[in-house]
Amino acid sequence: MLSWIWLVPVVPFFGFLILSLFGGFLSRRMVAVTGAGSISVSTVLGGLVAARLIMEKAGEVPMAFHQVWWTWVGISRLRVQIGFHLDAVSTVMMVVVTFVALLIHLYSIDYMEEDEGYSRFFAYMNLFVASMLVLVLADNFLLLLLGWEGVGMCSYLLIGFWYREPANGLAAQKAFLMTRLADTAFILGILMIFSHLETLQIQEALRRAVVTWPHGSSAAVTVAALFLIGAIGKSAQIPLQTWLPDAMAGPTPVSALIHAATMVTAGVYLIARMHELFELAPVVQMTVGIIGGLTLLLSAMSALAQQDAKRILAYSTISQIGYMFLALGVGAVSAALFHFMTHAFFKALLFLVVGAVSMRLNHERNIMKMGGLRHDLPLAFWTFLIGAAALAGFPLTAGFFSKDWILWEVWSQESGSVWLSGSIWLWGMGMLGVFLTALYIFRAFFFIFYGDQTTQPDRKTPSWALSISLIVLAGFSLMGGWVEWPATFGNVALFSGFIGTAIPVHRASAHVFIEELLIQALSVGLVLFGIFSAYLLFLRHPGLVEAVVGTTPGKELRRAALRGWGFTRLYNWLIVQPFLKTVRVSKHDPVDRLYTRLMVNPYLWMAQINKDDFLNRFYDLLVTVNRACYLAVRRVQNGHLRWYARIMGAGAVVMMGMVIFL
Amino acid sequence: MMLGWLLIILLVGGVLAWWGERWGPSVPRWIAVMALGLDMALVLGWVVVPFAQGSLSSEALWMAEWHSPWIPRFGIHLHLALDGLSLLLILLTFLLGISAVVASWTEIQRKIGFFHFNILWVLAGVVGVFLAIDLFFFFVWWEVMLVPMYLLISIWGHERRAYAAMKFFLFTQAGSLFMLIAIVALTMIHFEQTQIVTFDFLQLKETSLTVEQEMWLLLGFFLAFAVKLPAVLLHPWLPDAHTEAPTGGSVILAGLMLKTGGYGLLRFALPLFPHAAESIATAGMTLGVIGILFGSVMAFAQTDLKRLVAYTNISHLGFVLLGIFAMNAYAYQGAVMQMIAHGISTSALFILVGALQERMRTRDIRRMGGLWSVVPKHGGFSLFFAMASLGLPGLANFIGEFLVLLGVFRVNIILTVFAVLGIIGAAIYSLFFIKGTFHGPNTEGWTIPDLGPRHVALLGVMIVFQVGLGLYPQPVFQAADPFIQTLPAPAPSSPPPLTWVP
Repeated sequence: MLSWIWLVPVVPFFGFLILSLFGGFLSRRMVAVTGAGSISVSTVLGGLVAARLIMEKAGEVPMAFHQVWWTWVGISRLRVQIGFHLDAVSTVMMVVVTFVALLIHLYSIDYMEEDEGYSRFFAYMNLFVASMLVLVLADNFLLLLLGWEGVGMCSYLLIGFWYREPANGLAAQKAFLMTRLADTAFILGILMIFSHLETLQIQEALRRAVVTWPHGSSAAVTVAALFLIGAIGKSAQIPLQTWLPDAMAGPTPVSALIHAATMVTAGVYLIARMHELFELAPVVQMTVGIIGGLTLLLSAMSALAQQDAKRILAYSTISQIGYMFLALGVGAVSAALFHFMTHAFFKALLFLVVGAVSMRLNHERNIMKMGGLRHDLPLAFWTFLIGAAALAGFPLTAGFFSKDWILWEVWSQESGSVWLSGSIWLWGMGMLGVFLTALYIFRAFFFIFYGDQTTQPDRKTPSWALSISLIVLAGFSLMGGWVEWPATFGNVALFSGFIGTAIPVHRASAHVFIEELLIQALSVGLVLFGIFSAYLLFLRHPGLVEAVVGTTPGKELRRAALRGWGFTRLYNWLIVQPFLKTVRVSKHDPVDRLYTRLMVNPYLWMAQINKDDFLNRFYDLLVTVNRACYLAVRRVQNGHLRWYARIMGAGAVVMMGMVIFL
Repeated sequence: MMLGWLLIILLVGGVLAWWGERWGPSVPRWIAVMALGLDMALVLGWVVVPFAQGSLSSEALWMAEWHSPWIPRFGIHLHLALDGLSLLLILLTFLLGISAVVASWTEIQRKIGFFHFNILWVLAGVVGVFLAIDLFFFFVWWEVMLVPMYLLISIWGHERRAYAAMKFFLFTQAGSLFMLIAIVALTMIHFEQTQIVTFDFLQLKETSLTVEQEMWLLLGFFLAFAVKLPAVLLHPWLPDAHTEAPTGGSVILAGLMLKTGGYGLLRFALPLFPHAAESIATAGMTLGVIGILFGSVMAFAQTDLKRLVAYTNISHLGFVLLGIFAMNAYAYQGAVMQMIAHGISTSALFILVGALQERMRTRDIRRMGGLWSVVPKHGGFSLFFAMASLGLPGLANFIGEFLVLLGVFRVNIILTVFAVLGIIGAAIYSLFFIKGTFHGPNTEGWTIPDLGPRHVALLGVMIVFQVGLGLYPQPVFQAADPFIQTLPAPAPSSPPPLTWVP
């Protein structure tokens, strides 16, 4: 049973092959059956394999199953095999990826129904899932890179799926190029691993790294930093996050897949997989946390400023991945993976709901133009509410458990001089993020489902496939977190226990019970406060925000205090002003423009001026000189006998002169 | 003698094809395909199958050899020999040769017989170059490649064919001249030492040379090979020749003739002058890296599709040069792999672009766009080979590039960093190619026929090779390994220590 593991990525790949080779000959129904069917087979197999792993290998340390197919590249000391490594980390990734992908595929059967590229769509989607599965199951860096670049390519194909619109093509290119830029660092890291450790097998490399590289050594730091850059690009973290909001150009199920299950979580997986390496490089590990903190804050602010529902969710994803980075930065791998799992459920759900809503509104995605839809679209209303609550971390929803765990891990990281250590600030960022998350997602919620109804959805009833995927995802968003309860409530540790079979788990001891309870209370308070603020600012008093944004700092300060934002004067000065500014600026992502100005324009300029290959000029010059010589010499031959006689005479005189005088 | 037959079949096949035109326009085509197919079958049956069964040892110096005196007074022999490297490259030659003929099936309608005569003679030249190990004999084949290719460009080429053909001829001929001088000089030095006149590679290899002699002789060989490769600064013939040549000509030029440069460096330049090669290694690698970056930038700047593909060759062959001068097993294997993989990917791209031109009568990318819905098969194949060209893992080009990078990293980290940046350049031009032709709006309302079954079958075979070599490249490594063991490999230095963290 365990040896069927190779089928998990291969079945979707065959789905891709069938659809791309014979897609033209298949009916829409057959396309859907093949496309979604391959993923469901893969999901079932993945589940069975995971179950067998737990049953057969329980108690082994590490609990893992290894499968090798053939030697891919074998030259002198380089021996890379096509092989899979299944341990707790890759199992979690595999199960979540296949499961969420399955629901997204089901949803797409309905969503993409009228699209002319129906089979092309499912072909790419299947390839996307297959690549992601190769990525998480790979036992060596080269195979991981295959999956890594494969997801990159598929996201390129899917973001630019509606290829006639040039803007989509640009967005697709941007995604591919920005991630590839980061990939170069990743590749360099792989090269360096091999030249120092003489292996490309991940587990073996980690074992050797721990033995050969001292804690904090240059080699460890360099490799970790290079891997971090790769992860930042793929996971859309600051400063390489700008491609993700543009990636909204693709169809909505694609966004759901990119954000929830594949692509952007690859970076998180990479750092989790290389956990031991990052432990060896504390500087880099701290950087991971700092990047996560900054990213989660800045993109949550961006989310607050957006009007396009999908862009809100895009920034939200960046922000939530930031939480995962935050957890990885303090070495809490299990918490990061747990958040990956719950995030996959609720983010996929939110995207699919938004898609379902805009599908009924003639593809309208601007939340300002929506309103009062709660009566007409009850399924969307309830599922969005659940998704939003989970994203915000409302108590007992999936997001609550994972985010709470991350925040607790960050908090409990440093015990000594708490106010001087870094993690208190990281924790503060995370806490602020909790508030912002609640604020922005409920802002969207209120705009879409409350207020005056401005649009009339069409009368189409949602199909069974679409409804089922929404309902199942809503169920998991609500209850998916119940496998891990904090020490303060029941202390269930199924998830962390499972991950712990592969990676040592950080879990704070029980003597800080009260502290943990307080922090939980605080974060719950922030969630509720965020939701309430959203209600107040965007539903009850919608004019408020415009007024605040449009006034001078003094008025803002007074008004903000008056309306009870709950921030002190200092915070107003320190945070609100830059915040509002950042919100306005980050709507058109300044980092993005910086890239255009610093890198794209010079490149285009260079390409333009050098279009005619300046080196060619030199060779043209050679031709010109040659021709000039020829023209000069040609004059001599003019056909006049007298001229020839004169030349001969002159030549004779010169020759004689030379003979005489020399 | 089997090796001699390979050449004779091609040469006679060429004459037959020329002569056979009187029986109908497709007779020369079939003769060409059959001649190449016969050669391929010979090699498969006599070498590959015994080799795979283990009855032909790869440990011996040559898998097959043919030796016969030609001009004994000057020690010139008809000496052909086949080892793993030559085997790989002549198999590639037959594959791409057939592709070139098939791709030209409808494109060439003028002087069909003479066209196929030229194709077969160029290919004979290429095979001769890959097999000859008598330096004089090698030089003869080196020149045999040249004239038919000149004719292919200047007779069946596009608008600026005369200019392009002339440029091609001048550059390669100038390069060859230096090599001829170096060959003769080497023979004379050998004669002074041993009183034996010989052009035989294995004997000349034993000549003891002073440092200066070695350097000058190497430069002579290097110039000839670097023009063919082409190394940047010596490349300007390439974009013109590739752009103006007919599709079949471009396939042979890019897929095979460029490889003769890399082959020459590996087979002759490095083993004959190992110490000099070692001392110019950094310069060679730098040239390779500049080529990688330069080619990819230039490719992106083009609006002529064939020119775009032409510049990608400079970029990809930069990896070959880089790998050869990194001088270790990984990089050597990478360079060999890159030669084979690039041969397939670039030929496919030239075939695709050529087919577009045949249908649209333009190569201007600015006039294209939105062709995906018009010619979906064409689009799918183009997408695949664009991905191959940008080095997508799982396809053959990636293996080559990765191994080269792996080898170079042990020698020179700075150059590796720049070379890795080249893969972004590759991504930029590949995506630009796809976006300009197949994506975007179809502004000019093109309606053209999609690829026919002949093209589909041909490109399908090439995809099989790309994927097969990308996922199971081991046979190539095994075939090339005995030869690579004999190449000079300076003792690998341990990775340079990094000490920037206290």
